[in-house]
Amino acid sequence: MNSLGTYMIVAAALFSLGLFGILQRRNLIGMLISIELMLNGANLNFMAFNRFLAPEPAVGQIIALFVMGLAAAEAAIGLSIILALFRTLQSINVERAQRLRG
Amino acid sequence: MLMSTEAFAQMAFWIVVGLTFTGAAIAVFPRNILYNVLGLALALTGVGGLYLYLGSFFIALMQLLIYVGAITIVIVFGIMMSRPLHLEVPKRELSKVAMAAAAGLFFFMAIVGVVFKTQWVPAVQRSTDWSVETIGHLLLTRYDLVFEVISLVLLVAIIGAIVTAGFTRRLS
Repeated sequence: MNSLGTYMIVAAALFSLGLFGILQRRNLIGMLISIELMLNGANLNFMAFNRFLAPEPAVGQIIALFVMGLAAAEAAIGLSIILALFRTLQSINVERAQRLRG
Repeated sequence: MLMSTEAFAQMAFWIVVGLTFTGAAIAVFPRNILYNVLGLALALTGVGGLYLYLGSFFIALMQLLIYVGAITIVIVFGIMMSRPLHLEVPKRELSKVAMAAAAGLFFFMAIVGVVFKTQWVPAVQRSTDWSVETIGHLLLTRYDLVFEVISLVLLVAIIGAIVTAGFTRRLS
């Protein structure tokens, strides 16, 4: 019913909002939230191509599943890093975390 | 006057898109991190609805289960355990916000240009097999290596998360 272009523009807008968020936030959890938005934009693109162009509909769905699994792993490890950073710095502002700067 | 089913589906589609963008805007713009997480949940649910329109009930369910059900909750846990909400909120510099907006807008324009310039050609032979059975079959035959590697990545991520969060507790 809706064309491929509609879905791709929705996906691009989601990705751009995530990109804007990750560049402008200084709060690590906020940056993580923006990353999730970007991953969803990419995933939506995969599913749209899968619906309109791909020869086998199963393959795009499998890729979307893999992206979801990786996003879960990324959220877990990111939050543990945030916890560790908070314990040592008492802050999750990324600009405070510069003890290793060269 | 009754609307036709098609017009109703079309209207529902735009409502879902609107919900997604509202959620995404709430996830990015407010300063309060709790609003951001709730907006993220709304946006992810909207994307799940778009998956329904793209013909995959299974992936829409997985989106609800993994993203809305697991990842959002994990982020809420992270907020609970890290910063009390009344402590310092990082300052935003106007120049940085402007540059971030410019980068996002530039990327969006580039993608829209690509979308409209390209001639998208569907594959010559397209199978119409959308069943979950086929997905499971492919996962265990053609894509079994990727499947196992993903499982390994998840295991390593869990162990790494425990180690990272546990060691700093002992240090401090």
